[in-house]
Amino acid sequence: MAEFSLPANSKVKPGKTVRSAGTDAKRTRKFRIYRYDPDSGENPREDIYEIDLDKCGPMVLDALIHIKNDVDSTLTFRRSCREGICGSCAMNIDGRNTLACLKAIDEVKGDVKIYPLPHQPVVKDLVPDLNQNYAQLASIKPWLQTQSTAPSRERLQSPEEREKLDGLYECILCFCCTTSCPSYWWNGDRYLGPAVLLQAYRFIADSRDEMTGERLDALEDPFRLYRCHTIMNCTQTCPKGLNPAKAIAEIKKLMAARAA
Amino acid sequence: MTDTPAAKRQRPLSPHLQVYRLPLPALTSITHRITGIGLTVGTLLLVWWLVAAAVGPEAYATASGFIASPIGLILMFGWTAALWFHFFNGIRHLVWDGVKGLTLPQAYSSSNLVIGAAIGATVVTWVLAFAL
Repeated sequence: MAEFSLPANSKVKPGKTVRSAGTDAKRTRKFRIYRYDPDSGENPREDIYEIDLDKCGPMVLDALIHIKNDVDSTLTFRRSCREGICGSCAMNIDGRNTLACLKAIDEVKGDVKIYPLPHQPVVKDLVPDLNQNYAQLASIKPWLQTQSTAPSRERLQSPEEREKLDGLYECILCFCCTTSCPSYWWNGDRYLGPAVLLQAYRFIADSRDEMTGERLDALEDPFRLYRCHTIMNCTQTCPKGLNPAKAIAEIKKLMAARAA
Repeated sequence: MTDTPAAKRQRPLSPHLQVYRLPLPALTSITHRITGIGLTVGTLLLVWWLVAAAVGPEAYATASGFIASPIGLILMFGWTAALWFHFFNGIRHLVWDGVKGLTLPQAYSSSNLVIGAAIGATVVTWVLAFAL
């Protein structure tokens, strides 16, 4: 049964307010950031940092780096490429999941609220534990599988066959979509979630893969695939503009087609 | 770190419904679920009315009297609204099952279409109910 409220140890308490912007600062902004210190044994809290926007770059990630470098070095978050290709800085900003490096501060009205990806165990501050997501990804065998004898050269695709992978191969596995999905919130232990199902379809749709039947067999389950109710939060939130909801619908259609 | 008791290392769950701004397609989705539950309750009312009709004139008068009372009318209004919403959104799901209309702009316009159609059909139903 779905648990709509947070467990007692997860309730967010008010935290401290830090004003780093000087009195001469022209453009300031408040950042309300989820903090959790695993060593303190205390509940998570929401700290407020008021910073000078002229002292950092335009993106939310720039502000986080500014806070960590110049205001509070204990703030913990993942980041790497700062250009939307590594997927590390996925978090909930202004009520929607996205990559902090692709989200301009100007796009947010009022205080910038930053939380970890929703309904995940929190390791520290903005760092969620994604082990379950990775295990689910491994479960769909995200690699090409063949049965026929290996040819003496590459397995070729026609341009049309290759085109079927557009909108699928670009996924960077940031899990913004999976953690935006209410179905995944309530049944994440058994439902694979949009990111993993998009990957599943990426290999089902690949003309070089010869295990389509087995892949569909593995998804034929009331929970793994069919907890998708086309809520479409995944498509709405994908920072790469992909459409997991459509990929899942394609899998369901293949299931129906082979049952008929 | 390793000597922290297991109870203390129990990780908190990050906020979900508490912080997520649900987009319009998500709101129509939860409304579909809620109206589905509402229809089950409404069907019980319908069953009562039919059973009463089978039992006899007295029982039928009691059931009809309740349905025509202000509370009964409010329930019936909610039931027709839920029925129309669930009906139109059901068609939307049927279209989606054919992998059509699944782009984000289409999901928004079909949300609006379903809401508009449900309101329109409910109003027409009640205008007809009182006119006839």
